[in-house]
Amino acid sequence: MNKMLIIFQRELAGYFATPLAYVFIVIFLVMSGIFTFDMGSFYERGQADLMPFFDFHPWLYLFMIPAIAMGLWADERKTGTIELLMTLPVKLADVVFGKFLAAWVLCVLALSLTFPIWITVNYLGNPDNGVIFAAYLGSALMAGGFLSIGSCMSAMTRNSIVAFILTVSICFVFVACGTEIVLDTIAWAPQFFVDAIAGLSFLTHFDSISKGVLDVRDVLFFVVFIASWLFATAIVIEIKKAN
Amino acid sequence: MIEISHLTKKFDNFTAVDDLSFKVVEGEVLGFLGPNGAGKSTTMKVITGFLAATQGAVTVDGHDIATDPIAVKALIGYLPEGAPSYPDMTTLEFLDFIAEIRGYSGEEKRRRIEKVIADVELHSVCHKTIDTLSKGFKRRVGLAQAILHDPKVLILDEPTDGLDPNQKHHVRKLIRNLAKDKIVIISTHILEEVSAVCTRAIIIAGGRILADGTPKELEGRSAYAGAISVQLTKDFDLRAALAGDEDIRGVELSDDNARRYILLPSTGKQIFGKVSENAQSGHWPVSEYHLVEGLLEDYFRSVTQDSALARRDAPQDAPQVVSATTSQPQV
Repeated sequence: MNKMLIIFQRELAGYFATPLAYVFIVIFLVMSGIFTFDMGSFYERGQADLMPFFDFHPWLYLFMIPAIAMGLWADERKTGTIELLMTLPVKLADVVFGKFLAAWVLCVLALSLTFPIWITVNYLGNPDNGVIFAAYLGSALMAGGFLSIGSCMSAMTRNSIVAFILTVSICFVFVACGTEIVLDTIAWAPQFFVDAIAGLSFLTHFDSISKGVLDVRDVLFFVVFIASWLFATAIVIEIKKAN
Repeated sequence: MIEISHLTKKFDNFTAVDDLSFKVVEGEVLGFLGPNGAGKSTTMKVITGFLAATQGAVTVDGHDIATDPIAVKALIGYLPEGAPSYPDMTTLEFLDFIAEIRGYSGEEKRRRIEKVIADVELHSVCHKTIDTLSKGFKRRVGLAQAILHDPKVLILDEPTDGLDPNQKHHVRKLIRNLAKDKIVIISTHILEEVSAVCTRAIIIAGGRILADGTPKELEGRSAYAGAISVQLTKDFDLRAALAGDEDIRGVELSDDNARRYILLPSTGKQIFGKVSENAQSGHWPVSEYHLVEGLLEDYFRSVTQDSALARRDAPQDAPQVVSATTSQPQV
C-alpha cells in the first residue's frame, strides 16, 4: 500500500483514539451554530441562502484549525516518536502530506456535519444549491490553507502551545489583509500593491467562491498556498535534522 | 557492513561527535560505551538518518545515508533512546502500522507480527494502549518494532534501561540470538552487559574513540588486570610477607575494608598460583582470595576521566571487589 496512505490512516485513527476529534467536531458545530443564528441573524434576514453561515468561517477557522494543527509535528517531537517516524523507510513528502491530509479530512468531516443547516435552508426556501456547494468547497479549501500554515508552525517547535500561537498569528495576517480596515489603511499605496495585499488574503478568495463564482484562479490560489506551506514544512524538518 | 568515516556532528558551537571513524561487520555485536553526553546517541541518530552529519559519511551495505536514506532505513531496525511509540495505539495496532510501513501485508504481515509478539513476549499486552503499559513493556514494544522486519542492522539505544533483572536477561538472550549474520550496535551504561552480549566494545568520550577492542582485551588493559584480592581475618603485615617479590608490582589496601588487600601483578605475570602457595606456606590469616572483577568498569573510568593517573594513588577508586564466601581460590 502507498506509504502516504498508511501514515494518513494512522494519523486519522489517532484523532479518533482520543477525545480530540469528537471535542473538535462538537465545538465546531456549536460555534458555527452560534455564529450563524445569533450573530449572523440567519432567520431575521429572511433570505434563503447560507451567507451568514459561511461569512464567519474564516474567523471560526482562525482558532479552530490551529488547535488541530498544533500537534501535527510538535507532539511527535515532544514524545520522541518523530525519531521513530523519521527512521522508518518513508519519504518525508509522504509523511508531511499524510499528516496534513488526515487533519484536513477531520476538518472536512466537521464541516460536512453542518449539513442540517443546508437541509434547513432548503426546507425554508429555495436557495441556489450550486452556490452553497461552491461555498462548501471554498470553505474546505480555506481550512486546508489554515492547516498548511499550522503544519509548518508545528514543525518549528516541540511546544504545541507555541505552535498554536504562531499559527493563529500568521493565519490572522492572511485573513486580516483582506479586510476593509486594512485595505483602507493602505489605500494611499499604489493600486497594484493594494491588490497584491488583498490577493494574499483568504477572505478575498473565499468571498468570491462562496458567492458561487468558482473561478479557477481562486481554487488555484488555495492549492498553491497549501503546497507552498507544506513544502516549507518539509524544509523546516530538514533544517531541524541538520541542527 | 557499516562504515563510518570522519563523522562529525556539531550542534551550534558544541561538537557532539568529533571525526569518528570505524567499521562494523556482520556477526559483530558492538557495545557503544561512554559517559553521558559522550556522543553515543548522536552517532546512532546519524547512522539511522534521524540527524544529518555535519561532516563525514555513513554507509550501510554501500548505501550512503545522505544520498540514499530510504535504502539504509529499510536495512536498519532502530530502538531510539527511551523507546518512543504512539501512546494512543494498542500494541497490536502499533506493530501493524510498523509492519505496513515496512511494506508487509496480508499473511506475511500477520506472520511477522505474531513472531515478534512471541519473541518479545507481548501476548498479555496486545490489546492494551501503549500509554497504559509499564516501562518494561514499553521498551519491549520498542524492541519488537525494531526487529519486526528481521533487519540486517540492529541499532539499540540503551535497550535494557528500566528493565528488571529478569527482563534484562531475556533481552540480552534475544539480542544474542538475533546477532547471527547481523550487525548489532548497542549503547549502554551497564558494563556487565557489554561482557555479556558484545563481541566488541568501543569507548567514546567527547565524541572521540578512546578504546576499541573485545571486552576481554579492554579488561586486560585495566591496571587491575590479573590482580588478586585478599581478605585477611586479623592484622598481618602482607607487605612485609611479599617484599622483594618481583612478580608483584604493588600492594594496595582497599578503602571499604580494613583487612582487604589488592595485589597487583607485574606486567605479564600470573600471580594467582604463587599467592595461593605463599598463603598456605606462610600461614596467612586469610578467609578468601580471588581475581579482582569489574575490570571493564575500572578501565572505562581510567580512560574516560582526565584524572586517570591520579586515580592510581587514590584507593577510593579501586575496583569493586565481588564478595565470595568461599576461602577456596576462584579462577
